[in-house]
Amino acid sequence: MTALPLIALVGNPNAGKSALFNALTGARQKTGNYPGVTVERHAGRLILPDGRPAELVDLPGTYSLEPTSPDEQVTRDVITGVQAGERRPDALVIVVDAGNLDNHLRFAGELIAQGIPAIIALNMIDMAERDGLTLDPERLSADLGVPVIPTVAVRKRGVEPLKDEMLTLLGKVATSPRPLSDDFGARQRQARAIAKAAILKEAPARATTQSIDRIVLHPVAGPIILAALLFVMFQAVFAWATPFADGIDAGVSAIHDAALAALPPGIFRSFVADGLIAGVGAVIVFLPQILILFAFILVLETTGYMVRAAFLMDRLMAGVGLSGRAFIPLLSSFACAVPGIMATRTIEDPKDRLTTILIAPLMTCSARLPVYAVIIAAFIPARNVLPGIGLQGLVLFGLYLGGIVGALVAALALRRTVTKGRGMGFMMEMPRYQMPILKNLLLGLWQRAWVFLKRAGTIIAVTTMILWALLNFPRVDPASGVSQVDHSIAGHIANGLAVVVEPIGFNRDISLALIPAMAAREVAVSALATTYAIDNQDESKRDQTLGERLKGSWSLPTALAFLVWFVFAPQCISTIAVVRRETNGWRWPLFMVAYLFALAYVGAGATFWLATYLGL
Amino acid sequence: MRLDELPLNKPATIAHIGWESLDAGAARRLRALGFDEGLTIEALHHGGLVSHDPIACRIGRMTVAIRRIHASVIDVSPS
Repeated sequence: MTALPLIALVGNPNAGKSALFNALTGARQKTGNYPGVTVERHAGRLILPDGRPAELVDLPGTYSLEPTSPDEQVTRDVITGVQAGERRPDALVIVVDAGNLDNHLRFAGELIAQGIPAIIALNMIDMAERDGLTLDPERLSADLGVPVIPTVAVRKRGVEPLKDEMLTLLGKVATSPRPLSDDFGARQRQARAIAKAAILKEAPARATTQSIDRIVLHPVAGPIILAALLFVMFQAVFAWATPFADGIDAGVSAIHDAALAALPPGIFRSFVADGLIAGVGAVIVFLPQILILFAFILVLETTGYMVRAAFLMDRLMAGVGLSGRAFIPLLSSFACAVPGIMATRTIEDPKDRLTTILIAPLMTCSARLPVYAVIIAAFIPARNVLPGIGLQGLVLFGLYLGGIVGALVAALALRRTVTKGRGMGFMMEMPRYQMPILKNLLLGLWQRAWVFLKRAGTIIAVTTMILWALLNFPRVDPASGVSQVDHSIAGHIANGLAVVVEPIGFNRDISLALIPAMAAREVAVSALATTYAIDNQDESKRDQTLGERLKGSWSLPTALAFLVWFVFAPQCISTIAVVRRETNGWRWPLFMVAYLFALAYVGAGATFWLATYLGL
Repeated sequence: MRLDELPLNKPATIAHIGWESLDAGAARRLRALGFDEGLTIEALHHGGLVSHDPIACRIGRMTVAIRRIHASVIDVSPS
């Protein structure tokens, strides 16, 4: 079988490339990685007008072909045909923002000169028109020497003509690259001249975006709006998710009961019901919360607000030696540190980037939510401190804040010691505001939910099964009165660990939960669920929820110390692995693990003793 | 006048950019974002209540945020 024709989407950031990619491929997408580098490869399949399939790859958005970041390196290497794991594309679709031709045409010119048959998607033409621009695509096409198709990716306008042109392009062969002028400024001026000729009529730019910016970038109102948005986001995560979480919980209980009823009593029933179903179920329950958090982040990203948040945060970030650019990776880390750390690739300054990577795990990722949720629900009373502001939500907000403050202090300390040196600062394009497109939003949410479910289905299922085995072997004789947990392998490991964590108020059950939680933090919840399910052979207590059981066995200082531990502890193998990959070695991940565990130990200890002293 | 001294909402022309006083990375990025001599520029917003840093400026049809330290190497003449 011959390989499918390969078409690459390429262009500046903010040209609407991803929306066009979604419009062309629909849900037929695959996300992977280029070998050896941590640049994501987005590919999908599209059907050409003659019925032939073709592979479409969405290259990272970059400003030029000068390889200054891993993203730009990949884009350049794919186009010159030297990237490992990728063929040289048979055709290029160069995506340019119709409202920003001045800037995008310079890169487009550099791409056309590479000799691969190319076509220009004059994207977001509707917004350019609303902005008061009248463009002449034919003139543009004549000046650039390639076909130009006006498109509105989010409305699928121009997608069919684009596919027709792709078909024509695939019939052509690549020519040898044309030499470019060495003078960047000259290339820029030439591009501006072409843009000028293609603009028939021009009105002052961006009225809507400017009036929104006047409010959200206001020196006083701006930060207040940002803080309010983040606060609403975290309240929503707790409040909106509850009915869905209750529904999932009921479903898991029903499956658990059905398994108990259907299987004969014994070791296998315990494995399925208490190990597998209880363990995985305890984590799946948090899917609604995670989806709500992702939905907020996706909306903030696609509307263009995220860059404004970076602008507002830059001053504060500069105070601790970082740039506003670090805000976006750090905010993504609230969902998961792994994509957050990967997003640091957009930070060009190596020391800025390393500092951001090292503090990213302090941002409260969604995997901590299950842990926080269970403990908060069990130990913090559900009452309002002020109308509309619940105490539980406030504690959750406080935990998030604790992580942020910890991260800022850590950044300051790192910048004075291990990552000393002047940073490059903050320079960023602020794109127009855009209405989010529901379909693209749902597609993004689905991709993230799927990643989470895969994790639940693999890592979490495997670790809970291993934990179940560690907890159940060697078996004790039920008549002997010895606790199964105390006698088990895990019990012995935990007893050793308990000596270390006892001074910070942790009991044996917590040490037991911390071991598998190294795989993923949320496993702590399922581990606790498994532990208490196995240790509670008393049938009358079987119906208690995990929260009720915890409340019976932990003191409030212990619960608070446990929460603080999770604010800091680097309990996630995936994060450690991605830091190793991003920093090319074991030095930084080991440093990160050591400093975060030290912070967690000291923080949890201080919390426990303070709470005990206060008589909580 | 330097860009960091330019009052908000007063269009100006970039007279000179001191490329040589920027480090290579910052200069490359500033160029890629479209900064060039002869273009019109307008400071739109200041971040930071006291520091007025960074500055969001309109250059061409784009809005770009840069820090004062970089704005200080850009000479502008108000139009």
